[in-house]
Amino acid sequence: MQLGRVIGRVWSTVKDASLQNQRLLLVQPCNASGAASGRPIVCTDATGSAGAGELIYWCRGREASFAFAPLEVVADNTVVGIVDELHVPPRDAEE
Amino acid sequence: MNFTYLPATPRNEEAMLLARVIGEVVATVKHPTHEERKALLVQPVTLDGADYGPTLVSLDSVDAGVGDLVLVTAEGYSAMTSVGRGTQAPIDSAVIGVVDRVDLLPGSPR
Amino acid sequence: MILARVVGSVVATRKDPRLEGKKLLILRPVSPKGEEQPGYVIAVDTVSAGYRETVIAVSGSSARMADGCKDRPVDTAIIGIVDSLSLDEP
Repeated sequence: MQLGRVIGRVWSTVKDASLQNQRLLLVQPCNASGAASGRPIVCTDATGSAGAGELIYWCRGREASFAFAPLEVVADNTVVGIVDELHVPPRDAEE
Repeated sequence: MNFTYLPATPRNEEAMLLARVIGEVVATVKHPTHEERKALLVQPVTLDGADYGPTLVSLDSVDAGVGDLVLVTAEGYSAMTSVGRGTQAPIDSAVIGVVDRVDLLPGSPR
Repeated sequence: MILARVVGSVVATRKDPRLEGKKLLILRPVSPKGEEQPGYVIAVDTVSAGYRETVIAVSGSSARMADGCKDRPVDTAIIGIVDSLSLDEP
């Protein structure tokens, strides 16, 4: 999984039947310090409640669709958790 | 137009990799299959110990801690079975070992 | 999934028989603000998308879960047409 920030939503009427009633979120992947890395992606949302600006973590690939098992949802990136806190000690201290 | 082929989404290679544990993620709202497993922030490293690629969130199956050099699988089936969550869970990476030592032939590419 | 714009199509007569009858479109990734990004992919269309439309494309093995793509050699599929986008950023 990777960290990301929810930056928006996508609205689509004509879409695959398995995506009916699925929220589509725009997610900017980011690193542990919150800096953006790579291009924004569209994610389905397994938490059902991830909102704008929130730090989340998402699952990629075929496993992303398992978040909705036994439903077969066409998903390659799915938000699976909303981050409350990150505990990242300074890296110099651990040497 | 100048077209170059680019994979549509950033994908990690589905392989085992070496990584350094740099932190932990605390999440209350998360997929039920992630409950009761520590979610670690791991940074893939080269054989020289230098960071590369995006930081990953990996579920822990070996009780690793911050600062440890670990073995991470970035392949779904291995990941979800190693943390005991069946074969239909939204888990794409897991920490599956703590590395004690890496032996390398002198002059090996890193 | 990614946001992309339909910029072309591909016609192939000789191809894997499991791709018969599938429309192949050339997609260019776009940013949420609509700016075209470098690179392209070829995707199987499952929602009757048209030229210049912004679409949602799914990639990897998940693409084979799209309508009519089961057990076919598909690694990117168009599965939605974007009506609108809302962005949290200024």
